[in-house]
Amino acid sequence: MGAHESSYQPQTRMAKWWDERLPVMRLMNAQFIDFPTPRNLNYLWTFGGILTFCLAAQLATGIVLAMHYQPSAAEAFNSVEHIRRDVNYGWMLRNWHAVGGSMFFLAVYIHIFRGLYYGSYKAPREVLWILGVFIFLAMMATAFMGYALPWGQMSFWAVTVITNLFSSLNEVIPGLGTAVVEWLWGGYSVSGATLNRFFSLHYLMPFVIVGLVVLHVWALHVTGQNNPTGLDIKTKSDSVPMYPYAVAKDAFGLFAFIILFAWFSFFLPDYLGHSDNYIEANPLLTPPHIVPEWYFLPYYAILRAIPSKLGGVVAMFSAVLILVFVPWLDTSRVRSAKYRPVYKWFFWLLVISCLALGYLGAKPPTEDYVFWARIFTLYYFAHFLIVMPIVGILETPKTLPRSITEAVLGKGGGAPAGAASLPEKR
Amino acid sequence: MTNRSLLLWAALAATALQSPPANAKEADQAAPGIERQSWSFGGFRGQYDKAQLQRGFQVYQQICASCHELKRLYFRNLVQQGGPEFPEEAVKTLAAEWPNKITDGPDDAGNMFERPALLSDPILGPFKNDKAARAAFGGALPPDLSLIAKARSVENHSGWAKHVLLDMPKDIVTGYQEGGVDYLYALLTGYSDKVPADLKLAEGMTYNTAFPGNQIAMPAPLGKESFVKYQDGSGSLEDNARDVAAFLAWAADPSLNSRKYIGWQVMVYLLVTTLLMYIGKKRIWSRIKH
Repeated sequence: MGAHESSYQPQTRMAKWWDERLPVMRLMNAQFIDFPTPRNLNYLWTFGGILTFCLAAQLATGIVLAMHYQPSAAEAFNSVEHIRRDVNYGWMLRNWHAVGGSMFFLAVYIHIFRGLYYGSYKAPREVLWILGVFIFLAMMATAFMGYALPWGQMSFWAVTVITNLFSSLNEVIPGLGTAVVEWLWGGYSVSGATLNRFFSLHYLMPFVIVGLVVLHVWALHVTGQNNPTGLDIKTKSDSVPMYPYAVAKDAFGLFAFIILFAWFSFFLPDYLGHSDNYIEANPLLTPPHIVPEWYFLPYYAILRAIPSKLGGVVAMFSAVLILVFVPWLDTSRVRSAKYRPVYKWFFWLLVISCLALGYLGAKPPTEDYVFWARIFTLYYFAHFLIVMPIVGILETPKTLPRSITEAVLGKGGGAPAGAASLPEKR
Repeated sequence: MTNRSLLLWAALAATALQSPPANAKEADQAAPGIERQSWSFGGFRGQYDKAQLQRGFQVYQQICASCHELKRLYFRNLVQQGGPEFPEEAVKTLAAEWPNKITDGPDDAGNMFERPALLSDPILGPFKNDKAARAAFGGALPPDLSLIAKARSVENHSGWAKHVLLDMPKDIVTGYQEGGVDYLYALLTGYSDKVPADLKLAEGMTYNTAFPGNQIAMPAPLGKESFVKYQDGSGSLEDNARDVAAFLAWAADPSLNSRKYIGWQVMVYLLVTTLLMYIGKKRIWSRIKH
């Protein structure tokens, strides 16, 4: 993994035996015990650990739910009700899994905006960032297919609407869109065959995400973590060992997050869902408003903001894929927006745009709502394509501190280098 | 670009946001004025009131069951903890006397047969299938009521600021999940003879203030004079509506009592652990300046 050398000393004969054959403990020690973490990380940096927890929780609950779930058009809805009513603690597993999807996205959005604010995508972390975008895409695919599984009205019609988007490819090559859509459906309409393949892929995708997360963490441990100053770790006093410092902070952040998670799971399990999904799927009856889960609403608003179907689909996918190019769209030499007096404002404008698009995505596409959706869509893309390159060149950044240590302790107040490297001896 | 011009931009964006984009017309017709009721099982602490669920079942049995089934519920559920908790013997008798028999079979001769319901059987309605129900009601289908309290909700028609900044945080903090039951109560008490002059009722439809579109195929199941009298002689249209709505809330969410009970145990554990984590983090980080 990283260039950082392990200080691991096997203590027992058993440990020594293993260390000579498969040095897993040495690796874990180097990467997760005495790995140097910047000493100035704030709580936004606990979301990496929180996301790992979310993934593990979704896997654990999902694997047990799959033991009781039946992926067929006739039985899917019934089997979810069976889980809610008759499986021991099935209601708890199902609530935890459904709410867990939302919590996963809440955490990932905070994680992404943190990266955008502090310039965590800038060299040398481009690959780390792009792997993150791929994880996000894989999460979206997993969540979308997972939402189909309860086979309620919203499940069915969300699948219908979103898979039908691919028919817009007919405008590029006649017949291509239809072929793709039929291939996705496994037939000529959304049916049990579609549900069955979605279930298969919904079970597969999380393991793809696990693989991507391993690469993401690997890349992170090669470059080291970014931090609120955006400065690199230069001396030993800039960092603290991951254990116990970062671990203690992560553990507190994680438990605080789980309080929110549990609040929704136990007291508001249906708050984030849609009541129509308690009606069994009916291909002959379209619900009055088809809306996706909250975490897809901004993209849904972008889709509907564009007057052409193909254009809307392209815009929707571009809204995610544009993140891949962020490391090169941002021309600033300074990483952290903390030292970027102009860009900082634009960053918050982006956050407001995303929230507004989320609100608008839940509303019916009336003239007024679409008008505002267009404004915010315009800003969303302008932020990346215009603001990022231009502001980076024109703006004069504030003076950066000379080091992380100076940012923490103030000028001249620095402890001697290396003071923090053996703090547990105090 | 200067800081000031940026501030101006932000201010412009903020004022633009403040005018709610919904036009008044849409809000008028879509907001039927569904009031929030107080429910024993509401909020983050509420639990079902056993006596209310029993009264609610009585209303279901005497009124709703003549058209609506409750197929995701089994007679045994009426006995279990956290529900109406009727005595088992009484429910066995109830099941045996339930007018809608269970189709079973095939028997040794290969024929299907009907038999009385057991504790392990679902609570069926009078129709063998949806088509039979539609045929009896001129095309309208009386829906299964097992999930109706979860399958309905009340939409928020406030402007964005009130909706997002006031209502949402309040509902999340208070644990409000009773939109569906509020709607059921409003529906059952929402029948009225005072049909607005500009509303043309279609044939066979009844005016209802809560139903979307205000025209409902179901005639008023309860009336000011025609309601179910409880065993103690009390009862009214409003009482019936409230009790049957509560019963249907339980039918849709039978694990609510244990969910909230366990939920609080989990919350206490999490709060204590989080506090310990915080103290531990404080102590560890006190070793260095940060």
